[in-house]
Amino acid sequence: MILLFLAIFLFLVGLYGVATKRNLIKIVIGLTIMEYATFLILALIGYRQGAAPPIVVEKMGGATFVDALPQALVLTAIVISLATTALLLSIALRIYHKYGTFDVGKIRRLKG
Amino acid sequence: MNLIPLFVAIPLAMAFVMPLFGRLSRLLPDLLGNAATLALAALSCAMINLPMMVYKVGGWEPVNGVPIGIYLVVDGLAVLMLLIINVIGFAVSVYSIEYMRKYTDKARFYTLFLLMMAGMNGVVISGDMFNLYVFLEVAAIASYALVAFGTEAEELEAAFKYQVMGTAASGFILVGIAVLYSLTGTLNMADAGKVILEQGRSQGALFAGALFLMGFGLKAAIMPFHAWLPDAHPSAPAPISAMLSGVLIKAIGIYALCRIFFNVIGLNLTTSYILMAMGALSMIAGVFLAIGQWDMKRLFAYHSISQMGYVVMAIGIGTPLAVLGGLFHLVNHATFKSLLFLNSGAVVYSTGNRDLQKMGGLNQRMPVTGATSLIASMSIAGIPPFNGFWSKLIIILAAVQAGYYGLAALAVVGSIMTLASFLKVQRYGFFGKLRPVWKKVREAPVFMCVSMVLLALLCVGMGLLLLPGVKDGLLDRAADAVTGGTDYSGLVLGK
Repeated sequence: MILLFLAIFLFLVGLYGVATKRNLIKIVIGLTIMEYATFLILALIGYRQGAAPPIVVEKMGGATFVDALPQALVLTAIVISLATTALLLSIALRIYHKYGTFDVGKIRRLKG
Repeated sequence: MNLIPLFVAIPLAMAFVMPLFGRLSRLLPDLLGNAATLALAALSCAMINLPMMVYKVGGWEPVNGVPIGIYLVVDGLAVLMLLIINVIGFAVSVYSIEYMRKYTDKARFYTLFLLMMAGMNGVVISGDMFNLYVFLEVAAIASYALVAFGTEAEELEAAFKYQVMGTAASGFILVGIAVLYSLTGTLNMADAGKVILEQGRSQGALFAGALFLMGFGLKAAIMPFHAWLPDAHPSAPAPISAMLSGVLIKAIGIYALCRIFFNVIGLNLTTSYILMAMGALSMIAGVFLAIGQWDMKRLFAYHSISQMGYVVMAIGIGTPLAVLGGLFHLVNHATFKSLLFLNSGAVVYSTGNRDLQKMGGLNQRMPVTGATSLIASMSIAGIPPFNGFWSKLIIILAAVQAGYYGLAALAVVGSIMTLASFLKVQRYGFFGKLRPVWKKVREAPVFMCVSMVLLALLCVGMGLLLLPGVKDGLLDRAADAVTGGTDYSGLVLGK
């Protein structure tokens, strides 16, 4: 339970970073922290105290396993997050080429 | 034979073929892209009036009555959404043939466009929460790249803002799915709905609901979460603006909200009030922000927030009539808002300008664009007999019938303000004296006109969807799917 709360805290840390940081790269880092916290939450939901890894071999009858489904979900989510981060960083680099800065305060051509 | 997987398979396959063969000839990307969207539009029309269908991916049958594979479900609500996505998608791809010529890489444009279509179709037909999330990300990532497609400074800035908001929203949605999974032990939406009904709605389910409201609310740009939309939608190329405002915010925002809140968690009074408050806020604040804008596309983007407010408010009221009105308004908004963005694209194509203060008298030089934009403006402002009038009328009647007189009054105020701001668009943009600068302006090319006329005809004709015989087949079934609530589980699982 403590681990779960720590993971939620990590999620909020990432959210804080996204909301307050002025540097584009730091915003991306904040988002990545949020995503990792989400993966941790997913993995912890499948966790069972003292259970075996979900690999079924013969003569194991009666053993409890951790839930394997969230682990599969985390794998999928990691792939998605890789694509998102790559796209986000490439957009940030293109912005740097156009504006010459990573500072959000100076990148303000859109308003209203 | 079951046709449901084709909604994802066709655009996905074409999106992968496109970069391989798209460079062989200049015509090939247009041909392949339009063939794919035409096939999708025909396929979605074939879905009308079929009974509810469930497709089990990979043929995994339920074990002891518990579904273990991914389900694809096409019910009344999904048919309605598929029609919007694929018919508007077809109109937009016809429009892109000529509009996208000024951008250098058409093959990549169609690749991203078809990926977005595949993602949206997938979201709508998926009966599995995590599968819905994956398709939602496919659609969202394609749309981030499409907003940045021009790679100019403003476009990149808007895309970055949009993507940061979108990724944060996805994080909330994924945590929501995790919470719901830990409560119910299943990802199948029908099964989850059944388990929640048996357990009784716990605090955990409400927490998941709050996370979904934040996540999908951000994707749908409902008022406290709207800040990215007026930057992102106008910055994209016009056909993509039409697709984003007309379809994407509905498919991955409003549709998912309806599905989760009505069919899985079940609507209670608190969520209903929250939806109504957020809807009314978007409706009024959106229109007041819109009326001061001089950038044509930005004005339309703010109106998207306002019109989505009507839909969310109606869905929040939750009576059968209100839901019917909300869904009807959602369909109507898809047609007239995508038409308006295509009009703005035609103006930009011909004049290179989208500032209303610099336009004027364009009707004389661009009759088709002028006429279709007049039709779209009257539809969105709610002038009879155009489609927007009927849906707004139903929403207002439903609010009065449910006893929410204040909301009905706000809806009328919002409608009047919408009329005012579209009078402004028509007055400054298309009527009045032609400025000397625009003397040599030419009407947009033929395919762009064809696509605009097609959407204008839909705007005029869609009021007919309310005729008794037609209404049962499409709108009533969609509204039944929503108001049926957790009956969804029984229908999908077959008990």
